[in-house]
Amino acid sequence: MTTAIIGSKPATDHPEPPPLLQLDNVGKSYGNVHALRGVTLNVRQGEVTCVLGDNGAGKSTLIGIISGLHDYTEGAMQLDGQPCRFASPRVAQSSGIATVYQNLALVPLMSVWRNFFLGNEIRKGLLRTLDIKRMKRICDEELRRMGIVIPDLDRPVASLSGGQRQCIAIARAIHFGAKVIILDEPTAALGVKQSGVVLRYILRARDAGLGVIFITHNPQHAYLVGDHFVILKLGQVALDARRAELTLARLTTEMAGGQELEELSAELRGETGQRDGSDTRTGARSEQEEG
Amino acid sequence: MTATAMEPNRLAAARDDRVATRPLPARLISRPEVGSLVGAIVIFLLFMAVAEPFRNVANVGTILYGASTIGIMAVPVALLMVGGEFDLSTGVAVTTSGLAASLFAWNFGLNVWVGVLLALALSLAIGAFNGWLLLKTGLPSFLVTLGTFFILQGVNLGVTRMLTGNVASSTISDMDGFDSAKEIFGSEVTLGPVNLKVTVLYWVILTSIAAYLLLRTQLGNWIFAVGGDADAARAVGVPVRATKIGLFMAVGFCAWLSGMHLLFQFNTVQSGEGVGKEFIFIIAAVIGGCLLTGGYGSVVGASIGALIFGMTQLGINYAGWNPDWFRAFLGLMLLLATIVNLYVKRKADLR
Repeated sequence: MTTAIIGSKPATDHPEPPPLLQLDNVGKSYGNVHALRGVTLNVRQGEVTCVLGDNGAGKSTLIGIISGLHDYTEGAMQLDGQPCRFASPRVAQSSGIATVYQNLALVPLMSVWRNFFLGNEIRKGLLRTLDIKRMKRICDEELRRMGIVIPDLDRPVASLSGGQRQCIAIARAIHFGAKVIILDEPTAALGVKQSGVVLRYILRARDAGLGVIFITHNPQHAYLVGDHFVILKLGQVALDARRAELTLARLTTEMAGGQELEELSAELRGETGQRDGSDTRTGARSEQEEG
Repeated sequence: MTATAMEPNRLAAARDDRVATRPLPARLISRPEVGSLVGAIVIFLLFMAVAEPFRNVANVGTILYGASTIGIMAVPVALLMVGGEFDLSTGVAVTTSGLAASLFAWNFGLNVWVGVLLALALSLAIGAFNGWLLLKTGLPSFLVTLGTFFILQGVNLGVTRMLTGNVASSTISDMDGFDSAKEIFGSEVTLGPVNLKVTVLYWVILTSIAAYLLLRTQLGNWIFAVGGDADAARAVGVPVRATKIGLFMAVGFCAWLSGMHLLFQFNTVQSGEGVGKEFIFIIAAVIGGCLLTGGYGSVVGASIGALIFGMTQLGINYAGWNPDWFRAFLGLMLLLATIVNLYVKRKADLR
């Protein structure tokens, strides 16, 4: 992409806070497949950083690296100015990075409150017994804040709706995510109303002083809440811009392919013009183009 | 931006009235052990009605003994199944443990306790090996433990014949430490008319500890999670490998306990023993509400499953029926239990 704005400049009206999480030329290779190359990303406190990209652009690999699922093979990652390399999701979590995965990382047959506290159980007493009462109370409070009331927290997660499950996963991550929260396509499977709830919650997390990484392929949703936008394409950063430098139209165009899309559009328009001549030839041509 | 100016009460939740609170009976019946409890009551009433000796209080000890030998293994097997794996090598692993203790102590003329500790190490190692190989290769536990099952079965027979020229281990009742070890693993107490073997005590203790562990501790939460969805568990920071290997080692520990009872109860261990027992343990766990797919089940249920077996084994005897029917009954119980559990789960849970 030649039109990409590489390297964002500090906005003139207010000084930038130092980045909470800093990725510097990070890359990841599986054998000779480079899933991610030279990704530079700054996540700041109290900001929503949107990472956009089509399927296969490297979003999942990027999340994996930040959340400790994968190791990175090139570059450097810094959390609070300290170089870091997470050996497992548990390490990343205890360093303050919470992740809401696309598959939500909920165990279907387990109850709501057990899922909520899975891996972070509250224990009490000499025998380190689970403090079930307290966990249920906290779980209920956090879910209510999210706009969901589940009357029976002992209900298995499998019996809840997709939106409710998303809410549980996000509320859980926010409850435990001290510094950085990663949301992997949180609105992808939701209806309009529930997407609104999730987007509001993203802003609440931002206002609470978290660094939010919002992964999505929906530029409308990203533009509603984002402060900083990064578009990934084929494992590389294709655009890195602050909100002030962008319009929704520009973001949408970039996301959809930028110049390539313009070329395609011109081409398709040209073909529509030819249509009166021969229908069959055009059909065959566009099929070829797709392949 | 519209969303920044939201008022707190917009987030104050409206309760979704499509989701009703489940009534108490529905919640009770959705407990995994309900099927086994109903089964146990039916079996109990049946044999009370048809078998005269079953009504004799003195026979309670015998019935509980039968149940305890199954229950000691059914408890860890249930934990393992909740953790999403199962183990086909448990039956012969018990024999391996007994043989190891006996042969080692006898061949080197050592104190029996040395053999007992060696057998413990061996049993834990077999469990750890099962778990490690499973996680290393990603093969299903069915295949890995089927392999261990045959290996142990062959080694049991082969090593015993090599060392003793016989199919059973030599009697060790005259060796140092035998009496004290028998006190621990094979003693019994008499309470009124009832003779209780020490295995009953172990069974009750194991069931209590395991039930507490599963429902009231962090580890229990992890066991449910690794069985229900290992990827999700890993993603939220549960140490999946350690949990699974630990479960296999718990099975190994209980196989050691059973093996020691076998050895000190009868002074000698038959090398071909234990084949087929693994299914009884698994069936007891399934009757107790454990799903073969993992993530769901109950330790108490598995113990009730073991009790059902204890009652049936002796009930068939006491009723004067041909014991050949026991196996047919086993299969029938398994099918009934699975169907009942499935039905109950659908009815009560996912509504």
